[in-house]
Amino acid sequence: MRTISFVRQFVEVILAIAIAPLFTGWIAQCRAWLQNRSAPPLLQPYRMLRKLFFKDVALATNASMLFRATPYVLFGTMVLAAAIIPSLVTDLPLARVADAIALVGLFATARVFLSLAAMDIGTSFGTMGARREMMIGFLAEPALLMVLFNAFILFGSTSLPSLVDGYRAHRTVIDPSVIFAAIAFAMVLFAENGRIPIDNPSTHLELTMIHEAMLLEYSARHLALVEWASSLKLFNYSCIGFALFVPWGIATNGRNGAWSLLIAIVALMGKLVIAGAVLAFVESLSAKLRIFRAPEYLAMAFLLAVLGLLVHLLLGV
Amino acid sequence: MHVTELVAQILKVLAAGLLLISFAMLAGRRTQQLITLYAWQGVLLFVSTCLVAYGAGLREMYYSAALTLILKVIALPWILNRLVHRLGAQWDSEQLVNVPTTMLVGLLLVIFAFGLAQPITSIATTITRHTLGIALAVILLSFLMMITRRKAVTQVIGFLAMENGLFLAATSATYGMPMVIEFGVALDLLVGVFILGIFFFQIREQFDSLDLRHLESLKED
Repeated sequence: MRTISFVRQFVEVILAIAIAPLFTGWIAQCRAWLQNRSAPPLLQPYRMLRKLFFKDVALATNASMLFRATPYVLFGTMVLAAAIIPSLVTDLPLARVADAIALVGLFATARVFLSLAAMDIGTSFGTMGARREMMIGFLAEPALLMVLFNAFILFGSTSLPSLVDGYRAHRTVIDPSVIFAAIAFAMVLFAENGRIPIDNPSTHLELTMIHEAMLLEYSARHLALVEWASSLKLFNYSCIGFALFVPWGIATNGRNGAWSLLIAIVALMGKLVIAGAVLAFVESLSAKLRIFRAPEYLAMAFLLAVLGLLVHLLLGV
Repeated sequence: MHVTELVAQILKVLAAGLLLISFAMLAGRRTQQLITLYAWQGVLLFVSTCLVAYGAGLREMYYSAALTLILKVIALPWILNRLVHRLGAQWDSEQLVNVPTTMLVGLLLVIFAFGLAQPITSIATTITRHTLGIALAVILLSFLMMITRRKAVTQVIGFLAMENGLFLAATSATYGMPMVIEFGVALDLLVGVFILGIFFFQIREQFDSLDLRHLESLKED
């Protein structure tokens, strides 16, 4: 009984690591189609990673231990986050270690390390990117926490797996606060993963880049790990969204067979395909905001999440 | 019983949508966008009035729903659109004072409105009594929008949105106002928009812009 849940935990983590670049590739493909370009192949991110792993590392002479350790820390935190988030099954041995608030802390740890590493070399671009990243981060984090609080109040628990279980136990009632929370979550997802209203993942334009500015000094296997970690981050965020708002198909506590695991994998794939297409669509529709408008955007997300809480508390659903 | 519960649920969602649109209006910069949002507010109001009529089994509510549809979804946005086109102001964007601060003030207003509505909600018997707080919040938010705006057209849109809030409040507290009053209010709105439309042209002729700051100074300098 115990071993089987560990096996499933293992399957979930391996699957997350394996298909995260695929998800990024799918989004890039959708974006290319929407912009009337011929799309890069779906497996392009994997080729990128392979190419980078075979290259030799070029390190700045004044790079410290921190700079070299950060890619591994990033990758490690993202894998741990993938282990906590119930993307396939809710009976996760590791999930008991940390609840959703600790999960937000995990993301914050990754952010702090990346920003410090970007400042480590001392180039102006790295410092600029790090500062901007911290600005976005400190505004996005409360909004994300508020979204999570929405769900906590609704289901009376702070751990994601029991939220999913609670959702199953509840009826299918449309709660207005869920709509507010979902919109706020989508906004935070775009901001946190360096997608278009805040940052454009596909440019290296000097004055607008945030995430790319921090990676400028990385090369070869370090760069590969950081890139892999950021696609894992996007995957993780999507899975948090699925767990909070559309937890259909996830194998809950009651069902243990291999059959339910298969259903969960198929459901996850389906949701990822749809989410990727929607993400690319929204990204193609919207224009990148000026960096000074970013606080406005994130204040809006925070406000929506708080409104969701208020509506829930005071409307008395 | 089950149907009534579902209707009450959907009404709450619609009311939440109205609140959302109010906030979007508060942050909206372009005049055209505000008019579209106003029309959507009308659509939500129409649907929720129809649902209240269905849920409470009141025939006359359908009439006021139809009035909402004709006036607030079709006629007024159309008139406003034409006005704005004639004024050439559809892509006008205005400098807003610090959107995050406005949003926070809006949030406080929502809390205040919910607190205000609590005692009334507890004694009302309508199926929509929970949305009264949202209705009051919509009124206050539209008021805030009128205060923060400088352009004449956007202030009028704020005024119209306030009326939407009043309508929602009347529906949620007492299943709407008597028909005569409703017709009176509708006529008022229509005539009001007409007269204000004439004002727009006059203001523009006098000051070469629709900015209301010019009206604040008493003397010409």
